[in-house]
Amino acid sequence: MSTLEIKDLHVSIETEQGNKEILKGVSLTIKTGETHAIMGPNGSGKSTLASTIAGHPRYTVTSGSITLDGADVLEMSVDERARAGMFLAMQYPVEVPGVSMTNFLRTAKTAIDGEAPKLRTWTKDVKSAMEKLKIDAEFASRNVNEGFSGGEKKRVEILQLELFKPKFAILDETDSGLDVDALKVVSEGVNRAQEENEMGTLLITHYTRILRYIKPDFVHVFVDGKIAEQGGAELADRLEDEGYDRFLNVPA
Amino acid sequence: MTDTATHVTGEKARLGAPSISGFTEEGENLSPLNEAEATAPLGGDASKAHSHGGGAGIPDSSRAGRKTSYNVEDFPALTGREEDFRFTPLKRMGGLHKNELAGTAPELALSGAKAATLETVAMTDARVGSAGIPEDRISANAWKHAAEAKVLTIPANSSGEQVTLTYTGTSTEAAASHLVVVAEANSESVVVIDHVGSVVLAQNIEIDVREGAKLTVISLQAWADDAIHASSHLAKVRKDGHLKHIAVTYGGDLVRLTPSAHFDGEGGEVELFGLYFADAGQHLEHRLFVDHATENCKSNVLYKGALQGKDAHTVWVGDVLIRKEAKGTNSYEANRNLVLTEGARADSVPNLEIETGLIDGAGHASTTGRFDDEHLFYLMSRGIDEKTARRLVVRGFLNEIVQQIRVPEIEERLAETIERELAATDS
Ligand SMILES: Nc1ncnc2c1ncn2[C@@H]1O[C@H](COP(=O)(O)OP(=O)(O)O)[C@@H](O)[C@H]1O
Ligand SMILES: [Mg+2]
Repeated sequence: MSTLEIKDLHVSIETEQGNKEILKGVSLTIKTGETHAIMGPNGSGKSTLASTIAGHPRYTVTSGSITLDGADVLEMSVDERARAGMFLAMQYPVEVPGVSMTNFLRTAKTAIDGEAPKLRTWTKDVKSAMEKLKIDAEFASRNVNEGFSGGEKKRVEILQLELFKPKFAILDETDSGLDVDALKVVSEGVNRAQEENEMGTLLITHYTRILRYIKPDFVHVFVDGKIAEQGGAELADRLEDEGYDRFLNVPA
Repeated sequence: MTDTATHVTGEKARLGAPSISGFTEEGENLSPLNEAEATAPLGGDASKAHSHGGGAGIPDSSRAGRKTSYNVEDFPALTGREEDFRFTPLKRMGGLHKNELAGTAPELALSGAKAATLETVAMTDARVGSAGIPEDRISANAWKHAAEAKVLTIPANSSGEQVTLTYTGTSTEAAASHLVVVAEANSESVVVIDHVGSVVLAQNIEIDVREGAKLTVISLQAWADDAIHASSHLAKVRKDGHLKHIAVTYGGDLVRLTPSAHFDGEGGEVELFGLYFADAGQHLEHRLFVDHATENCKSNVLYKGALQGKDAHTVWVGDVLIRKEAKGTNSYEANRNLVLTEGARADSVPNLEIETGLIDGAGHASTTGRFDDEHLFYLMSRGIDEKTARRLVVRGFLNEIVQQIRVPEIEERLAETIERELAATDS
């Protein structure tokens, strides 16, 4: 079993108006096999948390810590974090010119595993993972995310999740922009990865509908850069009925 | 963040060259480079460069109206305002456009020949001028000052010939050279023209693709850092001839290559490929011309360039002219650039002029994209280290041209060159 531990995390970004603190003391512990949902209004800092865990250079950690089984994640470069077993499915996956999906997937898999995958089984794995996610085979020869629709990009993120088999996955609004069918396909992919790899999941979402397909063990309500409340799956149902107003109206 | 506006004029690429997001068309403005040298006010040629078929050609910018002559005096002295020199920094041309070119031309060596022959002939030989006529002042100046010509002949009906011609420059005194490559009827061959060392050189290479011949010309501009090279490749493709021309440019301070292909009989086919990699301070310019003057000919153009470093500058101009008599033409041209660092500039101008509606197809595309921190973050977040990520992108991008070469030694050498160029960005 592995543990990803975030302790009193403070994060700021450089803006034109100077430094701006976005995360104001976030603490969260995720163990492999667990699913944590983070829910919160737009602008509350959910993507900031996700990107900070992945190591995006835009975000500066001013205090607090992130550790993976005791190892200091903040000391690791972006690629080292991925090789240590963390994966971020991005809210807005980036289009990469010149690099075919096939080449990209193989290169990443090789980097993560520390050795090249056996070509024959790898090709089969990729093919079958694509089929299950209803991704057209033709996408393999296209450049990474290039010209993919929003929904296609999200599927391709989950494809990577299934192929790279991380210990911890952070899914940043993977559900946004998906129709019901696509949402089901993508959720099944996440559930498969969880069953097969004992993956720990941090599921970031604005809406509750994905929680019908991916059952959270814990729900954290994120407001203004902090966790405002936590509970079990029932907390999500309450949010569904009440929205975030209750949290937003709390006087500071 | 990446600019996501994609501007691809004309049809979508049919070359298997997917467009790159964030790519925009550039290059309609006069380069500031020549402003000092120019005296005339902006106007005439330079102000109306881009014409898009449909018979709406502008007379003074149409490629059909461009002067051609063996006589340098027929071309007025250059100011830098001319349509075809507006991006070229004339001050860095080493006088190739105006001076006497009395320096020693680089040594030329032939290797790998089985049936092919290389002769040295006088400029009065009948084969000189058989495939081309200068289309700009530098080419005409080179013609005037070339002391002799070399003629490479691929004999009729021979096949499998693969030869390398190596120019080795040892002097930076302005010089001129002339080469004629004759692919005789129904021959099939590959000619590699390698350029190494230091030169200040104006060069004409005539390429005569005779009836039914299939010729691949691979021209490598692999010069030392200080080289200045202006080169006109003047090709004539006769009935059912096939020319595949690949320009690879990464060496030199300034390289200006103007491949120009003229169809001279039905059923001809021309493929023009190019790959360039510009570093800090380099000016690498490719201006090509495909002249569809006869019926039922095909042309396909794809140039790809990578740029890095301060003041790396590349220019690509693709003139494709489909004349009234060129019914049944099928033509496509595309240029794609990848800017790897700040401070580099890629100009890209496709000019497609169509004078007849009776064609099979014609299209053009031009894109310039940037490899930025977001691309890097995405790849690294998948476990790929920074160096590998950069190589992945650049190799992937250029590979489409590299794989056209099909000469293993050259492909290897190019792969190594690309690695070396990339190593320069790492540090
Ligand atoms: N690059 C940036 N420049 C300025 N403000 C930013 C930037 N990135 C995020 N922010 C601000 O930080 C806050 C949190 O953003 P984000 O983490 O994207 O929230 P969420 O994902 O919950 O919608 C917002 O107020 C947002 O406007
Ligand atoms: Mg977000």
